[in-house]
Amino acid sequence: MKALLARTVALLAVAVLVSPSAALARTDIQWWHAMTAVLGERINEIAAKFNASQNDYEVKAVYKGSYPDTLNAAIAAYRAKQPPHIVQVYEVGTQTMLSSGAVYPVFQLVKDHGVTIDWNDVIPPVKSYYASGGNLSSMAFNSSTPVLFYNKDLFKKAGLPDRAPTTWDEVEAAARKLVASGARCGFSAAWPSWTLMENMHALHDQPFADHANGFDGLATTLKINGPFGVKMMELLQRGAKEGWFTYNGRLNKAEANMGNGECGVFLSSSAYIGNLTRASEGKFTWATGPLPRMGGFPQGSSIIGGATLWVLKGAKPEEYRGVAQFFRYLASTENQAWWAGVTGYLPISNSAVKAMEASGHFQKNPQQRTAITQMQLGKVTPNSQGIRLGNFPSVRDAIEEQMENIFSGKKTAKQGLDDAVAKSSDILKEFAALYK
Amino acid sequence: MKRSVFPNRWLPYLLVGPQVIITLVFFFWPAFESLRLSLYRASPFGDRLIYVGLTNFERLFRDDAYLRSVITSFVFSFVVTFAGLALALLLASMANARIRGLAVYRSLLLWPYGIAPAIAGIIWLFVFHPSYGILPWLLSFVTAYQFNWFLKGWVAMALIIVAAIWKQFGYNLAFYLAGLQAIESSVLEAASVDGAGPIRRFFAITFPLLSPVTFFLFTLNMTFSFFDTFGLVHAVTQGGPGDATSILVYRAWRDGFEGLQLGYSAAQSVVLMALVIMLTAFQFRFAEKKVTY
Repeated sequence: MKALLARTVALLAVAVLVSPSAALARTDIQWWHAMTAVLGERINEIAAKFNASQNDYEVKAVYKGSYPDTLNAAIAAYRAKQPPHIVQVYEVGTQTMLSSGAVYPVFQLVKDHGVTIDWNDVIPPVKSYYASGGNLSSMAFNSSTPVLFYNKDLFKKAGLPDRAPTTWDEVEAAARKLVASGARCGFSAAWPSWTLMENMHALHDQPFADHANGFDGLATTLKINGPFGVKMMELLQRGAKEGWFTYNGRLNKAEANMGNGECGVFLSSSAYIGNLTRASEGKFTWATGPLPRMGGFPQGSSIIGGATLWVLKGAKPEEYRGVAQFFRYLASTENQAWWAGVTGYLPISNSAVKAMEASGHFQKNPQQRTAITQMQLGKVTPNSQGIRLGNFPSVRDAIEEQMENIFSGKKTAKQGLDDAVAKSSDILKEFAALYK
Repeated sequence: MKRSVFPNRWLPYLLVGPQVIITLVFFFWPAFESLRLSLYRASPFGDRLIYVGLTNFERLFRDDAYLRSVITSFVFSFVVTFAGLALALLLASMANARIRGLAVYRSLLLWPYGIAPAIAGIIWLFVFHPSYGILPWLLSFVTAYQFNWFLKGWVAMALIIVAAIWKQFGYNLAFYLAGLQAIESSVLEAASVDGAGPIRRFFAITFPLLSPVTFFLFTLNMTFSFFDTFGLVHAVTQGGPGDATSILVYRAWRDGFEGLQLGYSAAQSVVLMALVIMLTAFQFRFAEKKVTY
């Protein structure tokens, strides 16, 4: 017994001596994120590289589940007065975070700690989506935009030319030929509300919600039941009925159908490039193109999705100093170019785009170029600067519910969109009532 | 009934204490909190808490979608419970026969219970998925009908019902088997001697003698299908297409944890709680009279 006790004490002593936290008094920075698989590994790589680059701070990247799970974990921790320093929040949570009163705005944090980040270098679509009054309240991190993917092998089989369809008429024509040549799915799309409603409205310079999509004040009504929205939904309803459009579920569920080579034309996030590369390896070839346009509507721009990094109130000053240092590290051109290159997310600064061009990255990975070109060609207007809604996740659910009712023919396009508008008005007013 | 006498006055309280504390902390306190929160409009980070009285409930009952969800939940729960119990009883009767390798069969039949609802959902996804599922693939040889439950509500509903029944099957079977084995064979033999056939024996003797088990399983399966099937719906249909599989517990979760409308979600939990309490009380009041212990 005595011997055992002595051994335990000895072991404990050794453990204390060799543990790095005891050896170096580094300040811990908690970074909660929602990145899985390859993306999760890249996040750990960023943290490890930053930790190796200096001796004062230790960034601890912690995976907290899906985007909603991560946000909920941060909320619970904040309410228990033990918030993480940095939390990754998806774009639909932006208004929730801005209104929360729980946030230490990033532009302020950086300024308070004497760190300079050139915010003017942030690419316009990202800046417009997240900034208020020209200032970024959160650190832009992983941003993507939807693009069109097409299966080259299926195109060849259908006798179609090897180029991406650029208009909805061309998408329809191609999808019909694809189905006629035996493809199980002519056209499909992941993230239905984001690719087919939010982005299509922005791309055609159509309003999505009142108060300039929620940028001039809290939005209370959606505007998606206008002529454009109805036309868009009627087209897809007809497509579903005629068999050239296959609906494959919410979130990114439809990516399974593109990935196994069933779909000819497909819309999804540019960040899908990495996974599609892996899924298609040795099976089929594919390429990307810009989002298809509909004739008769003006030029806008596609909008972004993804997430930004928010800093929560309630930490100690020296910890915030570490967060500011870490953000400076993240914002460096070198790191931005690396992150975009290995993930398929957009490089969020102009200098990173230039660096990637200079290094010949896009010659080697031409598919990654599409999203950037699409963003650069876009026109940022009040309708295409972004969408900022309270309770946005619930609004998206309301829209997708009705999209399904439209695609299945249960409701007409107009009826379904009217119902989506009515339902989301309820949700938006609830949020406005909370923060009036 | 024999009355136990403890030498120490406090010992019995000490012994039931932990259970009482657990019930209070993990059941009554959260239930009370939901009740309280349902009267507020609350911000996610807790900086705003506005008393709104019954507004959240008004909003619920104004919403056709919510009323549809109540119906969907009842249909789902009743089908899962009745079909699930009938199937379990049928297979338990068969597994109760004296055949070789009985222990192996029984163990195998119990397996599905060890699986989490979300995993059960994923397994059935591989069977049903329109693109990579085995069932649509097999059906494509027989019929041109497209079983795309992303757009067909009834197929989606059938899918989660089958998955829920399958998931709960092992549990039901275990109880029925135990119940069947507790029935004295002499009673059944006496009935045989009196000329009752297998079907008559089942309905006149076996089924009534199993009634306590059936009653217990009925209550348990109802609560299972009302509450525990969240993971299944979340993994497979996300409540869609439209709101065809949007059962009450899934809606409450989605509005609360994804939509961050805490007061509204709490009001839904309260309604759900009231419904299940009513249902259980109803069962005890009426169904239990038919139970012979």
